[in-house]
Amino acid sequence: MPPEEPLTGSAGPADTPAYERVEPYELVVNGTRMTVEDAWLGESLLFVLRERLGLPGAKNACEQGECGSCSVLLDDVVVCACLVLGVDAVGSRVETVEGLTASGEVADIQAALVEAGGVQCGFCTPGFVVALHDLLRRAPSADDMTVREALSGNLCRCTGYGRILEAVRAVQWQRGAGVSTGEGPGDGA
Amino acid sequence: MVRSGAGVAERVTRAQRGDRVGDSPVRPDGAQKTRGEFAFSSDLWMDAMLWGKTLRSPHVAARIRSIDTGPALAMPGVRAVVTAADVPGRPTFGLELPDQPVFASDVVRYHGEPVAAVAADHPEAARAAALAIVVDYEPLVPLVDPEAAIDAAPIHPDGNVFRHLVVRHGELGASGDVVVEGNYEVGMQDQAFLGPESGLAVPAEDGGVDLYVATQWLHVDRDQVAASLGLPADRVRLHLAGVGGAFGGREDVSLQIHLCMLALRAGRPVKMVYARDESFFGHVHRHPARLWYRHHATRDGDLVKVEARIVLDGGAYLSSSNAVLSNAVCFAPGPYRVPNALIEGYAVRTNNPPCGAMRGFGAVQVCFGHEAQMDKLAAALSVDPVELRLRNALERYDRLVTGQVLTGAVPVREVIRAAASHPLPVPQDPAGTMMALPGGAGATADPVHVRRGVGFAASMKNIAYSEGFDDFATARLRLEAGADGEPIATLTVATAEVGQGFVTLAQQIVREELGVGRVVLAPASTAEIGSAGSSSASRQTWMSGGACQLACATLRSELIVRAAELWECAAAQCLFDDGEVVRVETGERLLVRDLLVPAPLETTEEYHHRPTRALDADGQGDAHVSFMFAAHRAVVDVDPELGLLRVVQISTGQDVGRAINPVQVTGQIEGGVAQGIGLALMEEIVVSEGRVRNPSFTDYLLPTTLDMPDVVATVVEELEPDAPYGAKGVGEPPAISSGPAVLAAVRDATGLPVTRAPVRPQDIAYAWRGGA
Repeated sequence: MPPEEPLTGSAGPADTPAYERVEPYELVVNGTRMTVEDAWLGESLLFVLRERLGLPGAKNACEQGECGSCSVLLDDVVVCACLVLGVDAVGSRVETVEGLTASGEVADIQAALVEAGGVQCGFCTPGFVVALHDLLRRAPSADDMTVREALSGNLCRCTGYGRILEAVRAVQWQRGAGVSTGEGPGDGA
Repeated sequence: MVRSGAGVAERVTRAQRGDRVGDSPVRPDGAQKTRGEFAFSSDLWMDAMLWGKTLRSPHVAARIRSIDTGPALAMPGVRAVVTAADVPGRPTFGLELPDQPVFASDVVRYHGEPVAAVAADHPEAARAAALAIVVDYEPLVPLVDPEAAIDAAPIHPDGNVFRHLVVRHGELGASGDVVVEGNYEVGMQDQAFLGPESGLAVPAEDGGVDLYVATQWLHVDRDQVAASLGLPADRVRLHLAGVGGAFGGREDVSLQIHLCMLALRAGRPVKMVYARDESFFGHVHRHPARLWYRHHATRDGDLVKVEARIVLDGGAYLSSSNAVLSNAVCFAPGPYRVPNALIEGYAVRTNNPPCGAMRGFGAVQVCFGHEAQMDKLAAALSVDPVELRLRNALERYDRLVTGQVLTGAVPVREVIRAAASHPLPVPQDPAGTMMALPGGAGATADPVHVRRGVGFAASMKNIAYSEGFDDFATARLRLEAGADGEPIATLTVATAEVGQGFVTLAQQIVREELGVGRVVLAPASTAEIGSAGSSSASRQTWMSGGACQLACATLRSELIVRAAELWECAAAQCLFDDGEVVRVETGERLLVRDLLVPAPLETTEEYHHRPTRALDADGQGDAHVSFMFAAHRAVVDVDPELGLLRVVQISTGQDVGRAINPVQVTGQIEGGVAQGIGLALMEEIVVSEGRVRNPSFTDYLLPTTLDMPDVVATVVEELEPDAPYGAKGVGEPPAISSGPAVLAAVRDATGLPVTRAPVRPQDIAYAWRGGA
């Protein structure tokens, strides 16, 4: 039996409050320098983006790195923003779904998700947009199993993934990427 | 009509597909959602906003000796602390009866029951303050066995038996040539919507409160919040914030009352967002069930009698247990003709987590039992399981075991044949990728040991609310000329859009009825419009769709009256034709825009479905308004030595009445199948001695892209006579028989009995070793 600690709906030991105030710090988010003020040391990058920088596109479904709904790019690598401390992102480039939207580079992914019916409640959708963007630039011709593996860290509770996978195929087709049909990993994966 | 291959890739853009009923226009909120611009309830923000946090009981059952909030109030940044002593109005809430305390006061009845709540400047400050509250508990021995609960000393003033329901139908002494019997068990599933419970409460100048929240039914929340706040209903205004999925888990009040109490106490806006672990404690789950069945049949395979005993563990508080039990008992035999039946059901109170609504609502649990029984019976009779189901399938004008005659569309044979007729997948390639084997990336399965099984299951469920409930939905429609003179239709409904796509259907319905292209949906709020009822029970297409259709019909009549006045003819000489009024005799036409010149038009309509009746002492009565049917075939690969599985394909036939938006129907089917597979194979809240062991997505497993097979669907469209456009609901059936089909496939592959959902690796591997 685990110790009977009071439940407050948030993991973490009771005797180590994580709310030490830190000096203002700068993050580079979507190409823009932004100052994070009045922050507490323990705030995740996800919290900082959502609650301090006005960027709620990354979502907060599990805050434990299991669901991918908070996917962002940190120096071009997909990470769960909930598992990165805000202060640890100092000196790195952070790109969120808002930035990818503004640059237009994910417009076809976004349109395909809507067209194919890959959006229902939409809570997982921004995370899927980021993860798909990352996959398709690394492996434009990824086959079905490679796509499934690449997206297996993004949970969706509404769609059963069928329409999302259909959207991936549509984007690959539109981008003219020859999709490999054989077994094994896709090109460049 | 049968639409086949709904899962086949289409390269046609939606613009080519049209935007009326039967087309598949895209959802109006889709683009926003892909850009991260759609405001979910956890995205809300206000100046000077505080953060709320709930303190929950670490005990399963305990007496509370005292609560000292002093240390919390003394902490920096803390603006309000509330407990049971601070509830201004009714101290309890509940969907069917208010039996659940807003905060536990004297007794704690489940692990994680709310005891206090705090509002502070920062979520961490609120969390620390909640932990500083001193609660003196005297732990009690919890009551956790639902069978024992029936006769045990009551753990609540209302007693331990929520409902005991018996269906007695036909000749109770009847027996068959062939008898099969079995015990089955279903675990506790979680809705696991991705958007956590969250909201923002804002104190209002009139002493009331505005609550922006994700819910399935604004008005029923409003009534419960107002009662506990001791405020008149019109001073508690609930506004729908973006809902990140629901699946039944947002039918009950979670943080609504707590949030409003904190905001009113602090005099400032308060935001609360449950973390995932708290979400597991914060909402009701699918009832775990224990089922006993005995089926009797003739040697020819006709069902003679079904006997069943169903025990649902409702947990500590009532929620919607009574209605879930009613469904479980009504649909205990499945979609088959059963002349004689004795079915006894209990929904009981224990110290386990409270259970209530989840997609499929009682029909899911019993489907694992009745479908396993049909397979057992087929084996005993040496007939094909699909043929046995076809032989006994319900038809129109048959009676259910509740005595209700089926007067609507009953395409049971059609859905069974559709599910059975899709081509089977190609056999496993022994030289193929490990990823396609059971266990996937773990690369542990030995292809030589992998066995493939095929299983079949069928199901039925009611649509909308039952047993005499006056179920209705309200819609207001306003037609006015836009700046350019073109008409704009503004639709106001309190219908909770939870992801199901009602917002798309509403636009399609208005375009279909009025020929007006521009259809705007106003925000859903209790301050603007009457109730739409719940986004539950697969009912909004029918109910809110019906209200929209009624409102359109009223405005069409008024447009005709205006045209007749202009033409100085009788209204009866005018017709409405796709956005124009036509004078029949002369062929003259007037556009809607021309008819709106004098003034806008507006109407508010309520749609009620046909009355239903409560079940009587023998469980007899016309309790339901309509029924949906579905069948699923599962193909599953099993490595029995490891107990690992991979679902290869699900094929399905589903009765939808009419597909108003076929792409959205496909999405509902695929999504529901995922939840059915989840319950069959991996999803279970593990509760031991009342304690929840796995309140996280690390330990509560959800199907991923690698777990989901191809889904091949056939949508059976046989119009439902009473329903607007003939459309039944589509949300629940995919989640009902998909799981039982998967377990049937595991039985087929292994020859093991597999009587429990979810089936765990050890259930297979130990039994396999024991039997080998």
